[in-house]
Amino acid sequence: MNKKRKMLLKMVTASLLRRRSRMLIALLSIAVGATILSGLVTIYYDVPRQMGAQFRNYGANMILVPSDEETMTQEGAQECMDIIPADDLVGASPYRYINVEMNSRQRIFVAAGTDFEQVQSTSPYFMVDGEYPSSERQVLVGKETAELIGARIGSVLELSYKPEGGKRNSLKFTVSGILDTGGDEESYIFMTLKAMSDLTTEETALDVMELSISSTEEGLENYITQISEMDNGIQARLVKRVTKSEASVLSKLQSLVLLVTVVVLLLTMICVCTTMMAVVSERRKEIGLRKALGASDQSIRTEFLYEGMFLGLLGGILGTVLGFVFAQTVSVNVFESSITFQPLLLPVTVIASMLIAALSCMIPIKNAIAIDPALVLKGE
Amino acid sequence: MSLLELKNISKIYGELHALDNVNIHVEKGEWVAIMGPSGSGKSTMMNIIGCMDKPTSGEVYLDGVDISKENGKKLTEIRRDKIGLIFQQFHMVNYLTAVENIMVAQYYHSIPDEEEALEALERVGLKDRARHLPSQLSGGEQQRVCVARALINHPELILADEPTGNLDEANENIVLDLFRQLHREGTTLVVVTHDPEVAEASQRTIVLKNGRVAKEIINENFQD
Repeated sequence: MNKKRKMLLKMVTASLLRRRSRMLIALLSIAVGATILSGLVTIYYDVPRQMGAQFRNYGANMILVPSDEETMTQEGAQECMDIIPADDLVGASPYRYINVEMNSRQRIFVAAGTDFEQVQSTSPYFMVDGEYPSSERQVLVGKETAELIGARIGSVLELSYKPEGGKRNSLKFTVSGILDTGGDEESYIFMTLKAMSDLTTEETALDVMELSISSTEEGLENYITQISEMDNGIQARLVKRVTKSEASVLSKLQSLVLLVTVVVLLLTMICVCTTMMAVVSERRKEIGLRKALGASDQSIRTEFLYEGMFLGLLGGILGTVLGFVFAQTVSVNVFESSITFQPLLLPVTVIASMLIAALSCMIPIKNAIAIDPALVLKGE
Repeated sequence: MSLLELKNISKIYGELHALDNVNIHVEKGEWVAIMGPSGSGKSTMMNIIGCMDKPTSGEVYLDGVDISKENGKKLTEIRRDKIGLIFQQFHMVNYLTAVENIMVAQYYHSIPDEEEALEALERVGLKDRARHLPSQLSGGEQQRVCVARALINHPELILADEPTGNLDEANENIVLDLFRQLHREGTTLVVVTHDPEVAEASQRTIVLKNGRVAKEIINENFQD
């Protein structure tokens, strides 16, 4: 390092270290700004992940259905699902719908065959009075149907199915629970896929596979394209009602975080700017002396910029650490999950803090340059 | 040729003529005192010679160059290269040590050199105080640091504004002795003062009154 630069650094560090109180205020302002910046940026990028998990409570966001005149088997659906990373796939519920007759009532009902373990992942909003079926001879009856036929937990229902041109087959089922969803499902009778193939005496083809995937709308669109390219008689569709509301809530939340960040940064700039103006006014004589000793406007500008950027550097490092603690606290308390530290955040926060500090010094520097040495050094 | 020559200098603030058609010349190696009561125009003249102000009319030649028409940037360069300033209130950077304060003048002039700065401090008898902050130095010591700082870049002219105004007699003598030593070495000194004793130490005294040169006194008893 040449002697001139060494002297500049000596002057800047001495100014910061030996005039602690004032500089501490500027440093704190920058550190607070950097804390909010790094904290909110962490949350900004983590919100989709955090909220994605929350959103999965609203049900499936993608469905697989057979293409026209095709049938969808478990294996076919599985082939499609293999392109989705296991960590992102929250649940996958297969469904087959048939019309069944209830022997005692001579009425037709819709029966849905599914996998109840998966249903609890894709439709966590299903409210079950009693239990989900745990054996092949148990059914879950929708509330509406239960009221209609007077079924209760423990009731036995005899359901029959007659394939076209085939022989009618009847089986008895015990009601393990009553389902309350507030939707169409309340009119269905749910059973396991195995029970359904026993009733229909044929291999069960699927009508729909409901998928709950932790991903953005773009990610989902990407899966859809990949599945259509597989050309295996299965097509994927978005459940727009869910994906659109997810995207809209996320973008609003992210905009809010962005807005708060911008406002905080502006406030930081104002705070640093006023502190530096006070510093300039406090150091009028010193600045006048430097000018009298031959400091050019550029020298004065460089010295203050270095001071500001040095504060930005310290504040940025401090802010990154505090910001992570802040984001972690918010994450744990609001989203109930922890976040991992993003190393890239350190340089980003430090550079942003240095830039903000440098920008905040512009007006104070203008004031410093305008100081007339003859006026401030005048003897009394 | 004179090192410093003021030709028909006037400085007018509204109705007030701070300097009114002043003519002064200072030869190379000369020690001149400028005296006068408050409001006589001493400070204005000090600012004009020190390149910190410009006259309303007239010409100021420093080392053969007319500085009266130069812009601020050029005046800063001239001040940095040719003039060493000493102030009544010392004016040091309060968070830098004595030696660092001297190095500040080197920094703006050319390249900071600690060894040379320490030599300058030794010259004013303060080498052992080099690492002290201004708050740890007495007034006299601070002014001696300022003399060392004024000398460090080997200026053509030392311009001192009431250099002993804030000093006790003992320190005043130390500073005047330093001036004598500088004079012997051929440095040109212009000392603005209202103290007759300081003026008497110089070779020639120019007395200002109401912005004009009232009289010039050659010190017959001048001793180097």
